[in-house]
Amino acid sequence: MNKDQRKELKVSAIENGTVIDHIPAHNLFQVVRILNLEKYESQILIGMNLDSQKYGQKGILKLSNKFFKSDEINKIALVAPTATMIVIRDFQIVEKRNVEIPDEVVKIVKCFNPNCITNHEKIITRFNVIDKADLRLQCHYCEKITAKDNVTFL
Amino acid sequence: MKKRSLVSINDFSKEESIRILDRAMEFEKNPTQKILENFVVATLFFEPSTRTRLSFESAVNRLGGKVIGFTDSASSSVQKGESLKDTIKTVCNYSDLIVMRHPREGSARFASEVASVPIINAGDGANQHPTQCLLDLYSIRKTQGHLDNLHVAFVGDLKYGRTVHSLVIALCNFNTTFHLVSPQELKLPSSVKMHIKEKQLNYHQYTDLSEAVPHADIIYMTRIQKERFSDPIEYEKVKNSYVLSSKMLVTARENMKVLHPLPRVNEISEDVDDMPQAYYFEQALNGVYVRQALLASILGV
Ligand SMILES: [Zn+2]
Repeated sequence: MNKDQRKELKVSAIENGTVIDHIPAHNLFQVVRILNLEKYESQILIGMNLDSQKYGQKGILKLSNKFFKSDEINKIALVAPTATMIVIRDFQIVEKRNVEIPDEVVKIVKCFNPNCITNHEKIITRFNVIDKADLRLQCHYCEKITAKDNVTFL
Repeated sequence: MKKRSLVSINDFSKEESIRILDRAMEFEKNPTQKILENFVVATLFFEPSTRTRLSFESAVNRLGGKVIGFTDSASSSVQKGESLKDTIKTVCNYSDLIVMRHPREGSARFASEVASVPIINAGDGANQHPTQCLLDLYSIRKTQGHLDNLHVAFVGDLKYGRTVHSLVIALCNFNTTFHLVSPQELKLPSSVKMHIKEKQLNYHQYTDLSEAVPHADIIYMTRIQKERFSDPIEYEKVKNSYVLSSKMLVTARENMKVLHPLPRVNEISEDVDDMPQAYYFEQALNGVYVRQALLASILGV
């Protein structure tokens, strides 16, 4: 068995579905949470602390029979900007692309402003992304800016 | 009729703001017009703000409309744990427009999304108070004859003063030159300066009020609150350096007017009140005309 094949076997291949690769190892479970994977019923393979030439250690998710809309997958970019999404059909890669930070972030992030109404009533949070490179999110409600270092996920 | 709320001053274009100011001028000439006779306006003050409430209620009354509402949430259903959404949805059944003041930032935007009637934001925490901004613009235009190319000095708490932030942003549409006077600790936030820079306008920063006075067409004074300072001694030091006195007005331009969102504490000494430059009490009166104009425009009459 050559080296490449052995690597493949660490996390087995899927027939149809989506592979999310190059997730920074320590953000893997955040990605799981953002995509609400607890609620998915199909088979999910989670690979943790795998070797990555680019990033040292990485995480990988293989989701059988799951195909995301791009806005859904782009949420991942908030925590795992290095991630790549690979769509597999019949064991073949049919699409491979990097995640992109969306224009609007709905539901998953908490507003940094403690006096924001969204932190006091049952309201779905909503932000406009005003800076993608340096992640700055402006709250649709209180208009305050949540910066990268203050991003907390709900 | 399409419902249109006023939550943030950014919701109104330059042209729409000017249309409100023009309409306010008509109400100034003829303040009692019974055009809202068939309308009920609810004023929901989840926190007390007597001045703002009276100004709105005066505006509704002069237009012949009816006012319902509450002045603090302690005595209303809100204390029983009712959500803002439920309160708003209920009051929509009783009124044609809601004027709302609420201590939480973003509450007015949220209310405008769940309401079936228009919402006018009368202040949501430290965020927005758009009718104050419109009445400030009205007062500036009225005293100077126009809004373009003016030199406006902002004095005091430029960091937390929400009226300052909104007015600076609104004035960026009119090629204003800004003179920003504040203690180091209370300088205008960079997020607001960004708007000035985007429009490539000039601003000058000072810590000494008397330096800015001769440049200004308008001096917009604000209150400095003690609790903004980490060190009470620092507060004592600056407290008296931002008191505008009649003596300081010697160097002022002839057309210069002093504005203040009120209430004042000691930042304008009383000897200014009788000077021709004092304009803050008229400014408050202008608020009624501007609110009449807004109510009438939003209700489509
Ligand atoms: Zn917020």
